[in-house]
Amino acid sequence: MTGDDVLRQAFVWLNDPLNWRGPDGVPALVAEHLAMSAAAVALAALVALPLGVWLGHRGRGGGLTVLASNTSRALPTLALLYVFATTGLGFGNRPTVVAAAIFAVPPILSNAFTGLREVDPAARDAARGMGMSGRRSLLAVELPLALPLIAAGLRTAAVQVVATVPLAALVGGGGLGTIIVTGFATRRFGEVVAGGLLVAALCLLVEALLAWGQRVLTPAPMRVRAGARTLTAAA
Amino acid sequence: MPRVTGAAPNPWFSWDYVRANWGDITEALGQHVTLTLQAVAIAALVALPLALVAFRRPRLAGPVLGLTGVLYTIPSLALFALLYPLLRDRRETVLVGLVMYALLVLVRNALVGLQGVDPAVVDAARGLGMGPLRTLLTVQLPNALPAIVTGLRLATVTTVALATIGVVVGYGGLGQLMYRGFASQYRAEIVTATVLTLALALVADAAWWLAGRLAAPWARAGGAR
Repeated sequence: MTGDDVLRQAFVWLNDPLNWRGPDGVPALVAEHLAMSAAAVALAALVALPLGVWLGHRGRGGGLTVLASNTSRALPTLALLYVFATTGLGFGNRPTVVAAAIFAVPPILSNAFTGLREVDPAARDAARGMGMSGRRSLLAVELPLALPLIAAGLRTAAVQVVATVPLAALVGGGGLGTIIVTGFATRRFGEVVAGGLLVAALCLLVEALLAWGQRVLTPAPMRVRAGARTLTAAA
Repeated sequence: MPRVTGAAPNPWFSWDYVRANWGDITEALGQHVTLTLQAVAIAALVALPLALVAFRRPRLAGPVLGLTGVLYTIPSLALFALLYPLLRDRRETVLVGLVMYALLVLVRNALVGLQGVDPAVVDAARGLGMGPLRTLLTVQLPNALPAIVTGLRLATVTTVALATIGVVVGYGGLGQLMYRGFASQYRAEIVTATVLTLALALVADAAWWLAGRLAAPWARAGGAR
């Protein structure tokens, strides 16, 4: 009974044109959400991609990547956000971007590392036999072969970041999470549900788009391998 | 340290705080532990039959794996937001949300583990005259045990971390302490709760690892993956 009521209120909220306009409207919040996510993924990739590629190329640091992903799984995002709020990083969007970026490092790092590690040693040998230097072999042989896995890591990280950014609302930031948190604060549960639906829809949409993009961009012979890997990465 | 605002000092850790707030800390820890145990136990009880059904009906396996992967991308904040107005109970909201996430991990790992059993071993069981049920119970399940335990470890660790998001409905276990520390801008409280959360995850993970080793001693040698 109350459940139906809340659902009805949620649809009323979603159908109210006022909620879709202005600086606090849904399109503006979505844009803010996506901008924050893009910044976080870029920040994480900037650190994790070169490091993962280098470690994978040199074949060391496997323990480091495992440690990074295990720690990030156990560390609550909220803890990091709250800790940041008591430091110079302050409140709102900036600390959220930094926190989301920190949590996006492990998937990018470990996928880049594994991608380069799993390059067929025969291909590496052949590159060397053709007289390629270590750098040339990395750029012309190993990186292209590792690309599907690196892309899978970026995709996992991006989806995870889009799902983490709503927490910004808990430390005074923006994005779609604000609808949920404002709804809870004012006890308007229709709004809470509407926000929940919007956040979930955005995450599913980003996941679907990236999955499609990855499929389209992956050369046909490499598709099966990349698909098998995302499965384990997502778990 | 140099950021002294003229008010009271704001240390990263303080034994005085721990001593003075021992009651609150143990209460939050207890809430966190019971939430985690309950969520993982319920999820495990539901997940194993689901995984078995999906395993026995291979046509279901693909959709089950796809669906669990997709549902896992829904953020916990959104899930709690959808659940609370329907359940109208703080504890139930957090518990149901945690059960759902744990369920996704457990079903996935159990199914992948069962599918990964060497077909030659299953063939050998059949050759020995075992029926399908007996094969499942004495061959396939024990062989899938390491993967199932891995799923339990993953599910428990993520549950411990996710439970903190329960602050959005006011029932986040140790997250509640973090929130209080955040609201009063008191670092020691946030750090104490964070360290306890990490310790809890670590202890739970080690316990499952030990249980897995005891339950599947044969996996020790060949378990390298």
